[in-house]
Amino acid sequence: MGLETKPLSTLHERSSYNVADFAVPTGREEEWRFTPLSRLKGLHNGTAAASGTVDVTVDAAPEVTVETVGRDDARVGKAYVPADRISAQAYASFEKATVITVPREVVASRPTVITLRGAGGGAAYGHIVVRLEAMAEAVVVLDHGGSAVYADNVEFVVGDGATLKVVSLQDWDDDAVHVSHHHAQLAKDATFRSFVVTLGGDLVRLSPSVAYTAPGGDADLTGLYFVDAGQHLEHRLLVEHTVPNCRSNVTYKGALQGEDAHAVWIGDVIIRAEAEGTDTYELNRNLILTDGARADSVPNLEILTGEVAGAGHASASGRLDDEHIFYLQARGIPFDEARRLVIHGFFAQLLEKIEVEEIRARVLAAVEAELTR
Amino acid sequence: MPTLEIRDLHVAVGDKEILRGVDLTVRSGETHAIMGPNGSGKSTLAYALAGHPKYTITSGTVLLDGEDLLEMKVDERARAGLFLAMQYPVEVPGVSVSNFLRSAITAVRGEAPKLREFAKDLKAGMDALSIDSAFAQRNTNEGFSGGEKKRHEILQLELLKPKIAILDETDSGLDVDALRVVSEGINRFRGLDGEGEGAGAGADTGVLLITHYTRILRYVKPDFVHVFAGGRIVEEGGPELAEKLENEGYEAYTKASA
Ligand SMILES: Nc1ncnc2c1ncn2[C@@H]1O[C@H](COP(=O)(O)OP(=O)(O)O)[C@@H](O)[C@H]1O
Ligand SMILES: [Mg+2]
Repeated sequence: MGLETKPLSTLHERSSYNVADFAVPTGREEEWRFTPLSRLKGLHNGTAAASGTVDVTVDAAPEVTVETVGRDDARVGKAYVPADRISAQAYASFEKATVITVPREVVASRPTVITLRGAGGGAAYGHIVVRLEAMAEAVVVLDHGGSAVYADNVEFVVGDGATLKVVSLQDWDDDAVHVSHHHAQLAKDATFRSFVVTLGGDLVRLSPSVAYTAPGGDADLTGLYFVDAGQHLEHRLLVEHTVPNCRSNVTYKGALQGEDAHAVWIGDVIIRAEAEGTDTYELNRNLILTDGARADSVPNLEILTGEVAGAGHASASGRLDDEHIFYLQARGIPFDEARRLVIHGFFAQLLEKIEVEEIRARVLAAVEAELTR
Repeated sequence: MPTLEIRDLHVAVGDKEILRGVDLTVRSGETHAIMGPNGSGKSTLAYALAGHPKYTITSGTVLLDGEDLLEMKVDERARAGLFLAMQYPVEVPGVSVSNFLRSAITAVRGEAPKLREFAKDLKAGMDALSIDSAFAQRNTNEGFSGGEKKRHEILQLELLKPKIAILDETDSGLDVDALRVVSEGINRFRGLDGEGEGAGAGADTGVLLITHYTRILRYVKPDFVHVFAGGRIVEEGGPELAEKLENEGYEAYTKASA
């Protein structure tokens, strides 16, 4: 029996703030087997000294409080305990955390944009906490760019009846390495919408997770990625249903083109025995546009109760459909344009989910740019 | 004057020869009906002419206005004036009808239509075919009923205005009302506005109407009828041949070709 046969629920049991509690990964572990460790620039083995810079600037809605705090702030690390070595390393290494708070019952009047710009120079570590108090509503954008070797943890704490919509854009320079955990903790009747767009970087490994502290939580996680030659873009989702009557929906779609373009998608959903009435669905689709590109897609659904409202998963990776292209070409549309239309169509439903107009336009433009490469 | 000339066309799917020497000339102003039993190779002819990658031309020639059609890519054939209304139109997820049609018109005309003009033409075209205008925002053919797909094919025919149209079983799956609406669309394309024979002067277009049944021929009157069996044309005649098929079926031909 190898690691692969272990139930999800035990795989995800480990968590600690202490780096030493996690062995240096060898690449044989279930959670590391897809990641090219040699390209992590030492983030995984303690050799990545914090000599680099990632500048964090926040353009906040007027109703929202922004604080830069020290490691000892009580709000930091409260919702999330690191679950792997790099996450623990980031937790042990960051100096200042950014804490964003949306007060009780406040509806933020415009998106709060957190811009993270890598300025090179070695590894950097970060920590962000976004807190929505009860009944608050806000849109938060994480905009990653520049050149960096960056590991961070982001905590989203969504209070009773609050609604948080997050867009996280990873559009790093070609040499960047980014390993990140995004953890959302949902209180009673909280709503969480996450939209992840990963386009640029040499290696991006993003692990969004969701936990519920009370019934009625509703999480919707959407992702879009476009992998070019040589890139490794990995998304590892974990939704853990531990309380009754919560909902989760995961939809990630990616396109890959070029030699050694590599996408990894892991979708772990655990429905614990107590989580009766859970409704969950997860889907991953990959569009492989050229030879030499590879997508690994692993949905895992572990159900420990007999009383679910719905539970399903789907995963498919395939080529552009020749019939689609033929139909469009048969109407005079040249191949390149037909291909562009079909790929666009593949992402269309996802893009519609981005409610913030200017961000949708920006993502759309970024996808267009990928298509004309 | 647009002309489609098919000479001794042989087509295979994989190693299997399906068309075994088809000869046919369609001139502008003419409507040719191709009738034949299921599996006789009618759709193979249609797809091979449109350039579907699954169908291999093993020998023969096809000229459109004297140009070698078989040398052209799929989209070049369409831009040269060939149109295929498919028996099974393809669903294209995430691409709206409106976006699709605008791209197609832009490609065929060589320039983008003015937005207002396009909207007007689209509305008029949809109205004429009793297509709900909400379809413009739906994904191309996705979740359309059989009849809706066929109307959508004829909408494209009318908007793209090709020289030669191949209509592959456009009548199948249509109820009586839809059959009439679709036939009227074909007749508008032919320049014959439904007022019986000789009503219009006839447009500069040719039609190759593929069908299994004779009922559409009551609305779209053919000038020539060809019987297709075993991958080739086995008999030719005028409209009276369709009546003979109506009464006697294809049995005589399937036996002969087997
Ligand atoms: N794409 C294809 N793949 C395999 N066989 C095909 C394909 N298209 C046609 N055929 C075969 O060719 C023959 C003729 O089919 P088709 O052209 O569809 O006939 P018709 O349209 O007259 O019903 C049939 O035996 C059919 O199975
Ligand atoms: Mg057929």
